[in-house]
Amino acid sequence: MLYSAQVLDHFDHPRNIGNLPDANGVGMVGAPASGDVLKLQLKIVADPDGTERIAEVKAKVFGCGSAIAATSLLTELIKGKTLAEAAQVKNRTIAAALGLPPMKRHCSGLAEEVLKAGIADYRQRTGTAGTAPAGVGVPEYKGSCGCGSSFTA
Amino acid sequence: MAVKLPIYMDHHATTPVAPEVFEAMRPYFLERFGNAASRNHAFGWAAESAVEAARSQIALLIGCKPVELVFTSGATESDNLAIKGVAQAYREKGTHIITSQIEHHAVLDSCKRLQKDGFQVTSLPVSRDGRVDPADVAKALTPKTILVSIMLANNEIGTVQPLAEIGRLCKERGVLFHSDAVQGVGKIPVNVDALGLDLMSLTAHKLYGPKGVGALYVRMGKPRVKLVAQMDGGGHEKGRRSGTLNVPGIVGFGKACELAGQLMAGEAARLTALRERLWAGIRARLDHAHLNGHPTLRLPGNLNVSFEYVEGESLLMSLKDVAVSSGSACTSASLEPSYVLKALGIGEALAHTSIRFGLGRGNTEEEVDYVCDRLAEQVTRLRAMSPLYEMAQDGVDLNTAQWSLH
Repeated sequence: MLYSAQVLDHFDHPRNIGNLPDANGVGMVGAPASGDVLKLQLKIVADPDGTERIAEVKAKVFGCGSAIAATSLLTELIKGKTLAEAAQVKNRTIAAALGLPPMKRHCSGLAEEVLKAGIADYRQRTGTAGTAPAGVGVPEYKGSCGCGSSFTA
Repeated sequence: MAVKLPIYMDHHATTPVAPEVFEAMRPYFLERFGNAASRNHAFGWAAESAVEAARSQIALLIGCKPVELVFTSGATESDNLAIKGVAQAYREKGTHIITSQIEHHAVLDSCKRLQKDGFQVTSLPVSRDGRVDPADVAKALTPKTILVSIMLANNEIGTVQPLAEIGRLCKERGVLFHSDAVQGVGKIPVNVDALGLDLMSLTAHKLYGPKGVGALYVRMGKPRVKLVAQMDGGGHEKGRRSGTLNVPGIVGFGKACELAGQLMAGEAARLTALRERLWAGIRARLDHAHLNGHPTLRLPGNLNVSFEYVEGESLLMSLKDVAVSSGSACTSASLEPSYVLKALGIGEALAHTSIRFGLGRGNTEEEVDYVCDRLAEQVTRLRAMSPLYEMAQDGVDLNTAQWSLH
């Protein structure tokens, strides 16, 4: 398929790839058998007024070019944003920004899911209820610790 | 010597038309444009004699009589004509067809169509290296079996099937034997009698001929294969395939077969060496690279490798100046990875990471070395981004880890 300039830019120069040792919210969605796995590590801090903000974000991704581009764009869109602002980043936001064709909406959908999963993990760890988006697609996985090594067998 | 970019290593998809083939075709577009069915003037005679010369060139390559070849638009049509044409002609005798799980869609979907029409189809599994076991064919044969269709060599993994053994079984049981041989003809020696074939699908564009022209070999004696035509019209090709003959295409097909016959032995040896150089080069530079298909019983120019932890389409996209293809789902519209790789039982995860290299006449050692270097660079880059690679390095068993489904 032909890719948009936006997909190619993110694919060739993916943003915020790596690990975040002091992450306090980690999400991972997808499966190797499905051909894509996205992992998002968030460092969420509270502003003086109590607003929760994504101070730092790192991602890793196994997937097609569109999945890599969607992950990269996601990190760019949420970095420095409050959780309320980040919650506005949806499948369609990413798909539109990258010009993904319908058959690749799956990739941008996973980006939305991994964000929800990361925030849900943060809520669980910190015991905060917050106003995280409804957990559609939040994966059931155990023991995420941010280092990727403790997924249970 | 600097390599010329981009590099084409996708010769299973198609091949360039050889310059000699193009030159042979040229007059049949221009001054010799006649219709081969025009029996009443010199334009028609020139076209007809060119078609018959090409028929002989093709027949020589596969060891059949020229009259046993029916020209078609390509292998998809040949497969349809063979399978549906035989099924309809022999329906009174039986309604069972045997094929394999790794056939081309033209075969599988023709069989599916017949299933809807009341035929029974057995799709045989293949071994881990992609071979059909002749013993499985023997077991699957019933008194109702009218046709066995097994490809000569697979388009994804290049595995060459034991056709001669299967052909003997079919002959013993009086069952017709068809093969989609497009990937093998012109690459490895093919003789319809030695393989025991009654029908064989061919195409020009896989052997440096033009696109849009193919042929079906149909045995004329012992047994004389009956076929119901699938295209109604002017009764061309002795009533087996109506439609004005693609004269320039057929001329090119003939020339391409003649050239292939001359070059085959040398090219097979050269491409086998190039393939081994590519595989050795990959293994020297990268770990977790897995060969798909049979180590030796494969087409000379075929290499299929799974680069574990790196999704295939992303690797294709990274290799910007190298044309190869992948069994990854993301290269297809279905989001399903290659059914051929799935049939090998390598697992969907590895299927998503496969790359098919198709070496051909134009490829050189320098190109192979260049591709090895780019692969090493890009697989390393993508693995550094891959959560799976990191998990595997940390000792996580990815097969038993729990994944969210979507």
